[in-house]
Amino acid sequence: MILYFLTLVLFVMGVYCLIAKKNIIKKIIGLTITDYAINLFIIIIGYRAKGIAPIMFKNMTIQELAEYGVDPLPQALVLTSIVIGLGVLSLMTSICLRLYEKYKTFDMSEINRLKG
Amino acid sequence: MVETFLFVLLIFMIVGSIIAIETKNLLSSVISCGIVGAAVSIAFLMLGAPDIAITQVVVEILILVILIRATITIDNTAIEAHWDTFAVVSSLIFFGLFLVFAFLAVQELPPFGQPLMRVSKEYLQTGLQKTGAANVVAAIILDFRGYDTLGEATVIFVSILGSFVILRRRGRKRRTEADTEKVGILSEAEIREDYGDLRE
Repeated sequence: MILYFLTLVLFVMGVYCLIAKKNIIKKIIGLTITDYAINLFIIIIGYRAKGIAPIMFKNMTIQELAEYGVDPLPQALVLTSIVIGLGVLSLMTSICLRLYEKYKTFDMSEINRLKG
Repeated sequence: MVETFLFVLLIFMIVGSIIAIETKNLLSSVISCGIVGAAVSIAFLMLGAPDIAITQVVVEILILVILIRATITIDNTAIEAHWDTFAVVSSLIFFGLFLVFAFLAVQELPPFGQPLMRVSKEYLQTGLQKTGAANVVAAIILDFRGYDTLGEATVIFVSILGSFVILRRRGRKRRTEADTEKVGILSEAEIREDYGDLRE
């Protein structure tokens, strides 16, 4: 229980950084922390007590794997999610670099003209 | 054992993210974010997910490289002059409420260490026989849910294309001169020279 709650605290701190901070790079860092927290939450839900990684080794039966292996489905989904997080981050950073070239600052409150 | 270790690791992550959020220098903020990522990767390793841990380490290194590229050469100064009281207060109230309801909702989840494995049991039992992959996670992402991975590849492709277009140094060429020359179409002046004014 307490582990789930701590992961959600981490999530909340990332979202707080996303909302309350002025610097764009800080906002990106907040989104990254949110990403980590959600991935960790999903993996923690799939953990099984005394579990092993869901990989067949040489001297192991399928019964043993089904008995002790942790949940492989969240792992497969989180693997996708991590890589997509990287793509989103690279896109955001390139937009930030362009904004810096135009406005000479990372400050959100000075970037107020939408076009021109 | 694992639970205690994860508890300590999560406290470490929370402290790291507080430093990442509140420190003034952007570079130290980026590095603290990297600390959180490394701790997440160790936690994955403890939770029996070695594939995810490897991916997380690689992605973490790439994130650090990208963010340091964005911060180190240009603006490294802190922005501290204005303090948006409304945003801070409203987000703090909202997150207090969120955490209260999350604490109530977390009680309903299956307890730590006893997951619901209705679908996954099937995958664990028949994965090797159906796909021939010793690693069940690889069997799921490449065989059982292959379309998911195809969508992932599409997202990666589109995001790389987007950053390439955004960061491109030169803009598009001027259409009137360059394109007609390249394809061999006569320009308007040449047409007028050869055939007279066609509009009359």
